[in-house]
Amino acid sequence: MVTVLLPGPLRPEAGGESRLTVAAAGTLGAVLDELAATWPRLARRIRDERGELRRYVNVYVDGEDCRHAGGLDTPVPDNAEIQVLPSVAGG
Amino acid sequence: MTTLLAIGTGKGLFLATSPDRRDWTVSGPHFPMTGVYAVAVDKRPGRPRLLAGMTSSHFGPSVATSDDLGGSWREPDQAPVAFPADTGASLGRVWQLTPAGPDQPDVVWAGSEPSALFRSDDGGRSFSLVRALWDHPHREQWAAGFGGQAVHSVLPHPGDPARMAVAMSTGGVYRTEDAGASWAPGNTGIRAYFLPDEWPEFGQCVHKIARDAGDPERLYAQNHHGVYRSDDDGRSWTSIAAGLPSDFGFPIVAHPSRPGTVYAFPLTADGERFPTDRRCRVYRSADAGESWQPLTAGLPDGPFYPSVLRDAMCADDHDPAGVYFGTRSGEVYASADEGDSWSRVAAHLPDVLCVRAAEV
Repeated sequence: MVTVLLPGPLRPEAGGESRLTVAAAGTLGAVLDELAATWPRLARRIRDERGELRRYVNVYVDGEDCRHAGGLDTPVPDNAEIQVLPSVAGG
Repeated sequence: MTTLLAIGTGKGLFLATSPDRRDWTVSGPHFPMTGVYAVAVDKRPGRPRLLAGMTSSHFGPSVATSDDLGGSWREPDQAPVAFPADTGASLGRVWQLTPAGPDQPDVVWAGSEPSALFRSDDGGRSFSLVRALWDHPHREQWAAGFGGQAVHSVLPHPGDPARMAVAMSTGGVYRTEDAGASWAPGNTGIRAYFLPDEWPEFGQCVHKIARDAGDPERLYAQNHHGVYRSDDDGRSWTSIAAGLPSDFGFPIVAHPSRPGTVYAFPLTADGERFPTDRRCRVYRSADAGESWQPLTAGLPDGPFYPSVLRDAMCADDHDPAGVYFGTRSGEVYASADEGDSWSRVAAHLPDVLCVRAAEV
């Protein structure tokens, strides 16, 4: 089991929850796949239809930016905490 | 009688309603912090339905529909417009949502960035890629203008569901006569001054096309320099810019019911994207572009700098027709008398990307 923390703008796509528990681990990609099965609209706001992380969405696994830790192959141990944050962008 | 004016902006969708097209009540934003590049009011039987294509700079694009005039919105779980996995592409944004004719009551077309056409057979809830246009051998040579590479105009033929014209920047006009199974460029006569060969088969930067109300074979085009008319359903084009103060601009709008009447909003030039003479003027032709008249009554009379983007001008379906435009400075103007006089609907909105209006 891992915990996924969501920013305010994404919570409406997860039933209003700020914190989700996902019964998956192994890699970040596997966790996001599992997330998509329950919350598809949430998942497609994090990844595009190719499965790639959207450019201005950052995902941290136990505090480490996944883009510096293997991307979707980033290892996710059991009980990890995954934080989704919009990057500083826009006008 | 209520008129709905949907205003897509850089930071959400605003909805204006009016009993008389003079006094307006503006609500919104719906989908705040998204760019709403496409909106449609589908009035075919069993509706009206609003469709909106919005793009979050963080969380990507989507399409939503409303069957209660914006009171509530429905967005499917699965991405309504998405590229199939084998294309290796991902949707940048939806630039155009066009309901088909009444003979195809559940068909809605979507033009996208990157340049592609999608078809919905369920009223706009889910779409599938039109493969033949995506697989066109020209596609690798379609380039991106500053606004992105997109299919921004979709014109079904009102008398023949097998025929359709689309326009993209850059690439130009493409036509099908077999319900999308094959596509051919339709740019003969449209100049591409920015290319070494100024008269290519394709590659033009067509900004917007519109279809005449009376003659379905007659189209109008606002090009990246150049205003044109086609009398053969988009196969070939001739200039109708002689009576305009400039041949640069983005929108072109055909009157909804009066043949030969068309509207434009000229800007000075590619390198000088201000209204001509720094004045806020819509131009109208009542003779299919042979001559043009400036329309100014009720519009700002001082120096005016904002531009009007390609989808930020429209007409409604009343008689007499209403005409509307929005600016990059967040102002929206309406005319209830076909452009003879204007009043301001809203000001201080985010930059206006698109407008659509209809009696509801």
